[in-house]
Amino acid sequence: MRRILGDAVVRHVLSRLLLYLFAGLVLVFFALPLLWLVLTPFARTPSFRIPAPSFTLHNFRILLDNPFALRSIGNSLILAGGTALLAVVFAGTAAYALSRVRLPGRDALLYAILLLSSIVTGTAAMVPIFLMLFQLHLIDNRLALILVLTGGLLPSAMFILKDFMDTVPKSYEESARVFGASPLQILRHVVAPVVRPGLATIAVWAVVQVWGNFLLPYILLQQQTKQPAAVIMYTFYDEGGQPNFALISTFSLLYSVPVVAAYLLVNRRYGFRFQGGIKG
Amino acid sequence: MAGLGVGRAVLFVVPALALIAAFLVFPALWTLYLGVLKYDVTGSNAAAPEFVGLHNYTDALADPQFANSVLLTLAFVGLSAVIGQNGLGFLLAATLRRAAGWVRTLVNATVLLSWILPGTVVVFLWQALLDRNGGTLNALLGTPGAAWTLDHPLATIVVFNVWRGTAFSMLLYSAALDAVPTSHLETARLYGSGPLRTFRDVVLPHIRGHILTNTLLITLWTFNDFTPYMLTGGGPDHRSETLPVYVYRTSIEGGQLGFGSAISLIMLVINLVIALFYLRLLRRRGG
Repeated sequence: MRRILGDAVVRHVLSRLLLYLFAGLVLVFFALPLLWLVLTPFARTPSFRIPAPSFTLHNFRILLDNPFALRSIGNSLILAGGTALLAVVFAGTAAYALSRVRLPGRDALLYAILLLSSIVTGTAAMVPIFLMLFQLHLIDNRLALILVLTGGLLPSAMFILKDFMDTVPKSYEESARVFGASPLQILRHVVAPVVRPGLATIAVWAVVQVWGNFLLPYILLQQQTKQPAAVIMYTFYDEGGQPNFALISTFSLLYSVPVVAAYLLVNRRYGFRFQGGIKG
Repeated sequence: MAGLGVGRAVLFVVPALALIAAFLVFPALWTLYLGVLKYDVTGSNAAAPEFVGLHNYTDALADPQFANSVLLTLAFVGLSAVIGQNGLGFLLAATLRRAAGWVRTLVNATVLLSWILPGTVVVFLWQALLDRNGGTLNALLGTPGAAWTLDHPLATIVVFNVWRGTAFSMLLYSAALDAVPTSHLETARLYGSGPLRTFRDVVLPHIRGHILTNTLLITLWTFNDFTPYMLTGGGPDHRSETLPVYVYRTSIEGGQLGFGSAISLIMLVINLVIALFYLRLLRRRGG
């Protein structure tokens, strides 16, 4: 009996040991690349090497003096904000209509466009999209890029929002109608407040998707003054091809903070939800 | 009709459908057409593309670079997503629930951070990690001068993608494991079943659907991922040139739009097969 008990204790201790060894290794693997991002912006002599502890804000001076850095963050905000706005408005109206009106083949249509959006990805469609905007002389046109980005996000957004719209009790809308509200007014003042968590999810999701998107702005915008943060980082090199470490490290930090904040906000308010096709 | 006439409903749907038609449907169909043209950005075929039938496709199939990138993509998806992200994500989800609260929070947060940071930033972080002279990895391993991206380009993008994407699998499997009824686990324990048997007989049947969903989603994402280009540029000597990178280099950099479209269409078809498979599983689970 005592031996069996002893074995159990040994086994328990061993399994805890293995567990924490595994957790430790995983932590090192995932944290190692991140150290640079946290330490280098404040280093006196920034380089590829993870700096010895030192503290200066001089690198941020270099960031503020760069003519493209802050402007590119502004460009990212324009692209992300514009896309989020269009995605919320267009997906919202479409999802509402599809939820309220029984069109024949509605579910098949939703499934078809969801399928379409997962196969026509940025990489698979880069040639026709580039060529289309090239021939329409819309290269360097930010609105065109926003429309392209919105088009890619709409199917998943509609799919998710339709679930939210389905949960809004129809009696709310009927009483609003009795008081003479138009469908657009009902949508704005009755339905939208109820599905606000859904609309917020879509907005944050769209912002995060566009914020990190590299390929589409890379091929569709050529003027440096219009490029978003994801693309402009590639110009922070000197003539010899050496990275400008002070600039890149501070810029990386500045550019990362909004997505982390957005994630924390969503996670806190709505919890993490799994819905088809979402990658944040 | 709930008071929303069909006419208004159509008005509400039209803007969304117009954008989807313009930027998803049309590009897909146009790819089909462009793929049968000899169409270059410059030269005589720029102004008047010539119809070449299936020539681009036979050219692609005969191009050793194409075969090379198909094989590389298979290896990249198989090793980094299907095995790497899936396996590590599940292991983390299954083991961390038994760790102390602060350990779990710390590991979770770090893994998540690697997933939510912008792609351009994480690529630079990895360049700093792997740099030949000052890189953290060489400093740690005591291997100054080792050029990881040049000597092991495929391994580099595989490990990078495991690092980048494991969070999604971890989150999904955590949620799936939370849904396994504790009473079933208790019963298995009472019958003295070991961890492996418990997994096979109790846990696996509950999470089988999630495993399939997860595997298919990460397969689709990894297959279409352009980040390898940002890390290694497809090189050296095409050794990390996955299909998206190959399309970019031939069509946008090289200007062969017709040829690039043919490859894009092959990618679209592969995406379609993966997505159809996924939707079928979804529907089977729903019904």
